[in-house]
Amino acid sequence: MLEITNLSKAFGDKQALTDIDLIVPEGVIFGLLGPNGAGKTTLIRIINQIIEADRGQIILEGQSISPSDIRKIGYLPEERGLYKKMKVWDQLIYFARLKGLSSQEAKSRIDKWMKKLEIDSWKAKKIEDLSKGMAQKIQFIATVIHEPKLLILDEPFSGFDPVNAEIIKNEIIGLKESGTTVILSTHRMESVELLCDRVAMINQSKKILDGTIREVKNSFKPEIFEVTLVDIPDNLPVEYGATEIAPGEWNFQTSLNGQTPNELLSQFMSYGQVTQFDEVKPTMEEIFIHQVKTAENG
Amino acid sequence: MDKIWLVIKREYLARVKKRSFLLATLLTPLIFPALMGIIVWVALEERDSQALRIIEVVDENKLFFLESSEQYAFSFSDVSPEEGKKLVQEGDRYGFLLIPKIDLADPQGIVYYGEDNPNMNFIMRLENRLKKKIEEQRLVRSGIDPKVISEVRTDVSIRSIRLDDEGTESVSNATVNYAIGFVAGILIYMFIFIYGNQIMQGVIEEKSNRIIEILVSSIKPFQLMMGKIIGVAGVGLTQFLIWVVLIGGLTTLVTGYLGMQLPQEQAMELAVQDMPTEEFTEAVPMDSDVAEILQVINGIDFFTITMSFIFYFLGGYLLYGALFAAIGSAVDAPSEAQQFMFPVTIPLLVAYMGLFVFVLNDPNSTTSFWLSIIPLSSPIGMMGRVSYGVPWYELLLSMGLLVLGFLATTWVAAKIYRIGILMHGTKPSYKLLWKWIKSSE
Repeated sequence: MLEITNLSKAFGDKQALTDIDLIVPEGVIFGLLGPNGAGKTTLIRIINQIIEADRGQIILEGQSISPSDIRKIGYLPEERGLYKKMKVWDQLIYFARLKGLSSQEAKSRIDKWMKKLEIDSWKAKKIEDLSKGMAQKIQFIATVIHEPKLLILDEPFSGFDPVNAEIIKNEIIGLKESGTTVILSTHRMESVELLCDRVAMINQSKKILDGTIREVKNSFKPEIFEVTLVDIPDNLPVEYGATEIAPGEWNFQTSLNGQTPNELLSQFMSYGQVTQFDEVKPTMEEIFIHQVKTAENG
Repeated sequence: MDKIWLVIKREYLARVKKRSFLLATLLTPLIFPALMGIIVWVALEERDSQALRIIEVVDENKLFFLESSEQYAFSFSDVSPEEGKKLVQEGDRYGFLLIPKIDLADPQGIVYYGEDNPNMNFIMRLENRLKKKIEEQRLVRSGIDPKVISEVRTDVSIRSIRLDDEGTESVSNATVNYAIGFVAGILIYMFIFIYGNQIMQGVIEEKSNRIIEILVSSIKPFQLMMGKIIGVAGVGLTQFLIWVVLIGGLTTLVTGYLGMQLPQEQAMELAVQDMPTEEFTEAVPMDSDVAEILQVINGIDFFTITMSFIFYFLGGYLLYGALFAAIGSAVDAPSEAQQFMFPVTIPLLVAYMGLFVFVLNDPNSTTSFWLSIIPLSSPIGMMGRVSYGVPWYELLLSMGLLVLGFLATTWVAAKIYRIGILMHGTKPSYKLLWKWIKSSE
C-alpha cells in the first residue's frame, strides 16, 4: 500500500527524519510510535504532501505519490480544529468538497455518517456550541468522508471520553475490515496492542523498531517465567523469593539463566505440582519506555 | 481552480452571513443621510429662530457705511465706548464695533466687542468689508473720482477650460476634481485597511484553531490564500455596492423631502451662506454657478474615472491583501501581528498623506507623479490625479506597475504563508521571514 524508502528531512540544522524506511501493507492498522518530537508529525505531513522531503521516495499503491493522491488519503491531525462560527453541516460539506466530492455525494455521505454516529440533530449547530468530544466526532467524519484508502490518524482518541473513544475505536476497526489501511500515531500503548497489526517506532528522527506486534514483543522478551507451585516440600530454594498466594500455593518469577524452558520446567516439577508456567511478555508500553531510555543513555 | 472557488465561496458566505456584516452594511449608509438631514434641519431651525442681530457701530471717522443683511443689522451712533460695551453686556445689542480715528494708510485699533465668541466668518466679512472701504477712501484721497471707482469695480470669475490633445475643450473646476480625488482616495485607503485586516484575522483564525492542517492536506496553501483574498474582496465589493445604492437612494429621499419643505432658492442660499465673501459682495447670479458646476460635471470623463477607480480599488487591495495574509500566517495571535504591520502601514500612510499634501494640490508635480506610479502608493495617488486628467501612457504605466507589484507581493506573501501557517510557538522575526522567502522548496 505505502512504501517509504530512505526518507530524510531537516529543518535548518535540526534533523527531523533520517533515512526512514517503512512498509505499510494494505488493510492493516499500522501503529506509528515514538516520543514527542521524534519526527512522527513530520513524517505524516510529508505523506500528506503538506511539506516536501529533502530526500527519499514515497510510493502509494505502486506509484510515486502525487498531488492527485490527496483524495486517497484521510488525515486527522493531532492538533485539530474546525471553524467555530460555521454550522456542522456546512462545515462537513466544505471539507468533503475540498477533497473532491460532488455536492450530491457529499450530502448523502454526511447524512449517512451523522446517522451512524447518532449526531443527526447537530446539523444546524455551530461548532462553538458543541463540546470538545462532539467536535471531535465531526472532525472524524470530515476525515473519513471521502472514503480514503489510506487513513492517517494522529492521536485519534485524545479528547474523547471512554464511551466515545470506544465508538471511534469500533469505527476504525470497521474501516479496516472494509479494506482501509490505517496509520495510527499515538502514545497510548494499550490502544496500540488492541488495534495495531504492525508497528514502527521512531526516536530522534530514526526508525528504531519495526514489525508485527508479536515480532516486536518476541524480540524484547526478557526470558522470564512466572511459576506457581502447590504442595511444595521444604526443599524449594529461598532465592526464588516465592510468596504464598493461597494456603499451600506459591508463586514466583524466575529467569532462564541459560537453561531451556523445558530444563527449567523439569527442575520445578521435581519440587512439586506445577500449576502455572508462563513466559512473561513485555507490554508495548514497557518496550516503548525501554527503547526510549536506551536511546537517551547511549 | 475548482477548489479555489470553494474557498472563495466559503470565505464570502461566512462573512456575509454574519449579523455584524448586516448591521454595518445597513447602518453605515443610514448615518450619512441622517447626519445630512440633521445638519440641514438644525440650520433651518436656527435660521427660523434667529432674531436679527443688531450691532452698534461707532465710527469716529464718519467714513464707513455697512449694509445690513438678513442676519446682521448695523446701527450707527455716537455712543461712548463704555456705553457701547454696556449695550452688549445688557443684551440690547449683539455686538459693538468701535472704529477709532484711524490713519487710512495704516488702519489700527478697530475693535469688536461681543458677548459670544464671534464666529470667524463674521469677523472675516467685517474685515473684508472695511478693507474695501478703506481702499476706496484711499483711492478717493489720491484724487480718483468715486464714480470712476464704482465703474471700475469688477467681479471676476475664471472659467477654467481643459484642452486635450485632440483639441476638445471641457470646462473644469478644481473643486469638483478635488472632491472626486479626495473621496476616491479615502475610499481606497479605508477599503484596503478594513478588508486587509479581515484577511489577516481569517488567516490567524485558521492557524490558531488548527484548521489549517486539514485544509492544506486537501488544497495548496497558495490556492487557500488566494481564495481567502478573493473571497474577502467579494465581501468588500458587496458591502460597497449596497452602500452606494443605499446612500444614493436615501440621500435622494432625504433631500427630496427637505427640498419640498424649502424652496430651492432658499436651500441654495443656505448652502452658500457660509462662504465668507458671498454675502457682502454683489452675489454672482446663482443660476450661472449651478450651470457651471453642471457643465463641469458633464465635462468629467466618468468612464475613465469609474474604470480606474475599480482597477485601483481592486489592485491596491490585492497588493496589500497578500501582505496582510502573510502577516497573519507568521503570527499566532492578532496581538503579535502589530510588529509586522509597520511596513504595510507606512506606505499606505505615505500615500494617504501624499494625496492631501501633493496630489490634490498639484496633480502634475514630480512628487505627485511618483506617488501615482509606484505600486505601493499608486492606488491612492493615481485616484487623486485621475479626475484632473492624466495622459494615457502614465495611466497605463501606473496600472502595469500595479499589476507587477501585486504579483510580486503575492509571490513573497505565498512564500511566507506556506511556511508560516504550519509554524506554532516560534516567535517570528524579520530575519526568519526573510529565510522563509529565500527557502526554495
